[in-house]
Amino acid sequence: MKSSKVVKNLQEAVALAGIKDGMTVSFHHHLRNGDYVLNMVMEEVAKTGVKDLTVNASSLFDIHAPLIDHIKNGVVTTIQTNYMSSKIGKAVSNGLMDNPVQFRTHGGRPSDIVLGRTPIDVAFIAAPSADCMGNCSGKYGKSACGSLGYAVPDAMHAKKVVVITDNLVQYPLLDWSIPESYIDYVVAVDEIGDINGIVSGTTKITRDPVGLVMAQRAAQVIKHSGLLKDGFSFQTGAGGATLAAAKFLKDIMLRENIKGSFGLGGITGYMVDMLEAGCFESLLDVQCFDLKAVESIRKNPKHQEISSIHYASPSARSAVVDSLDVVLLGATEVDTDFNVNVHTDSNGYIMGGSGGHSDTAAGAKLAMIIAPLFRARLPIVTDRVNCISTPGQDVDVLVTQAGIAVNPKNKELALRLKDAGLPVVDIHELKAIAEKITGQPKPLPKGDKTVANVIWRDGTVIDTIKNVPTEGGVL
Amino acid sequence: MADIIKRATAGTMESSDAYVEISPAEGLEISLESVVAKQFGTAIEAVIGEVLQECGVKNAKVTVIDKGALDCVIRARVETAVMRGRGE
Amino acid sequence: MRRSMLFLPGNTPNMLINGSRLGSDALIFDLEDAVSPAEKDSARVLVRNTLRYMDLGSCEIIVRINSIDTDYWKKDIDAILPYSPALILLPKVNCAQDALIADEYMTEVEQKLGLEAGKVKLMPLIETALGVENAFSIATATERVAALFLGAEDLTADLRCKRTKGGAEINYARTRLVMAARAANIDVYDTPFTDVNDDEGIRVDAEYAKALGFTGKASISPRHVDVINEVFSPSERDIAYAYEVMEAIRIAKEQGRGVISLHNKMIDAPIVARAQQTIAMAEEMGIRRG
Repeated sequence: MKSSKVVKNLQEAVALAGIKDGMTVSFHHHLRNGDYVLNMVMEEVAKTGVKDLTVNASSLFDIHAPLIDHIKNGVVTTIQTNYMSSKIGKAVSNGLMDNPVQFRTHGGRPSDIVLGRTPIDVAFIAAPSADCMGNCSGKYGKSACGSLGYAVPDAMHAKKVVVITDNLVQYPLLDWSIPESYIDYVVAVDEIGDINGIVSGTTKITRDPVGLVMAQRAAQVIKHSGLLKDGFSFQTGAGGATLAAAKFLKDIMLRENIKGSFGLGGITGYMVDMLEAGCFESLLDVQCFDLKAVESIRKNPKHQEISSIHYASPSARSAVVDSLDVVLLGATEVDTDFNVNVHTDSNGYIMGGSGGHSDTAAGAKLAMIIAPLFRARLPIVTDRVNCISTPGQDVDVLVTQAGIAVNPKNKELALRLKDAGLPVVDIHELKAIAEKITGQPKPLPKGDKTVANVIWRDGTVIDTIKNVPTEGGVL
Repeated sequence: MADIIKRATAGTMESSDAYVEISPAEGLEISLESVVAKQFGTAIEAVIGEVLQECGVKNAKVTVIDKGALDCVIRARVETAVMRGRGE
Repeated sequence: MRRSMLFLPGNTPNMLINGSRLGSDALIFDLEDAVSPAEKDSARVLVRNTLRYMDLGSCEIIVRINSIDTDYWKKDIDAILPYSPALILLPKVNCAQDALIADEYMTEVEQKLGLEAGKVKLMPLIETALGVENAFSIATATERVAALFLGAEDLTADLRCKRTKGGAEINYARTRLVMAARAANIDVYDTPFTDVNDDEGIRVDAEYAKALGFTGKASISPRHVDVINEVFSPSERDIAYAYEVMEAIRIAKEQGRGVISLHNKMIDAPIVARAQQTIAMAEEMGIRRG
């Protein structure tokens, strides 16, 4: 019997895990832009001289920019991820890689792992606390990030699993996120991340007047949707306007004494406020966004950690998104068929990804997009989005400051909102209103090379992203 | 019409605004940097040229850093820079 | 219909171009306190261009120019007047003479540029003790004065007292202004409530202003606009009663009766006038909703 899985250092763990050319290594993103683990692992891996690796990371942030060099050196040749912020995104859009990036969703990734479509050879799990046998948790320690939900499918299905922690505690660590039964090796390091990048101190609602107007409208749409009653369930993004909408929704729920069932998602302090005020019976949490959420998941038994499988996997027997009433989401572009782009920016560069966007939109009874009529002179509504992240069939409503567009498939909802005196307009009209103000933008030039495939939650490729032909921004 | 007699600026680098710098020069020299250059670059350059013509500016170096400003804002910032550059 | 008026800083493009979507009946483009002396020129051009080129929908536009003791106010009028805002909000009006000076210059510019005489109205901003005491003579100084506007921040400074949420210190000024404006048969608007985050406070303050007789209320935050609109809108009961009044008049006329009563109450001219106002407002709200 082994009495400890703790190995000397990362170098030994990498050696023991037996990483070879062409293998897949995986990472989770709970430490977000404060994560040190992906970089330190890849540096050790690169030292062994292996090539042609696939990196499967639930999300990639700017802090992971050293990955660009590993790609240039041939250490990494394929990336699978659900979200990629702009530093790596720009390099990819400029044609960094020969193999297109595989974008999945937060539900599609665990689904493909469980189904064996994307096998993982070695999973590296950054753990804010762990014991010598690998029981680990995100709730405790100096680098506490709360939920470890995205790491669960990797732990369950990778051939080898390495836990990396900066807080090795006495066996057994209770209240684990992932149990020792899945873990092969444990490595103790000084720091797994920078706490300032892991969680924000507080997430503040927007002071932008347009954002506030949209948020108020969105709360009114929910109020009059017919879904806001006892047992109501809700998810919202962490963007300024969507958070503000949660605040206005809370006011309505308290005023009308509505007792909701659960809040879902990436959880912010605002959702915690709603739980504590009695708006919900529980919070189901796959990712904490701020310190208040981390504290709540640690202390409040009604605030429950869930895995990404449980959150959103389309091949699970069921997932929480299937029971969701309303989700509030953002967009960089929406087209007149209600397709939404959250992958690329106004110049065509990758700067995001679906995350849970497509999953929650598919699952929720009412999927709402909040976006301004135009952003820095670019109308939000276009004839065709530059990239389909979430298909229009799953999007019910677009809320802008100039009116609310309802997907024509929802005739009843449109009538309800009109009867409530809300400004319902045709989505084509929103496009026309915006273009009257901004002028008509020239279409973006696209390159010939496919730099990324957008894989919908069922495994089909719903769109491809092309390279950006020339350096934009300067004439 | 009076010439541009000194370097002057107008506007800000905030979103939906434009920052304009004008200085004395021989002939007209316009340079534009814009967050929406791909979609509106040609249109913005035309607007800048139009305002300079309306103001009767024939000799100046004009640099515009555009943060997604609407035409009416770009017009205002260029006009203000011209007035300031003339010492008005 | 002018229930709410939202102040927007005159040199901030992002606010000016989005202002008409913030739910306010009227917008006040501010060239005075919201603009530093170094940017007076750029704000003036920006506000002028916004009036000239932007479609501001059904929003009524008011421009707060600089006061007549500055070097800016005439340039402000020169730039703004040709693009016909509904009102010029003239700050620091102490007496009828101040309003007359502005009126005369506006007339001069109208004549010079061939603009329609008296089209752009004047709204004196009363924000000094002297201004409050002269309220009626200011309200009746010229035909151009269409409304009075109370500014409590400067007023309390002039009174050497603290501005409080309860507003006891401005009670006299509020009632005095309402009295003066109503005596002159013009509109009167209440000072903004300045705590942006106090959602209950704004409601109490707006309801109090409405109860005193104010036509509407200004705001410095879009967050207050909905509440102000709600408070200054006729209630469903008011609207139903107004239609009943008009119906009673119609029937009485048909029957050739001179004296009209409804629910055992005499319907006299002021009640009819109020009913007509209520219906006009309800219809306008209906159209806005459409």
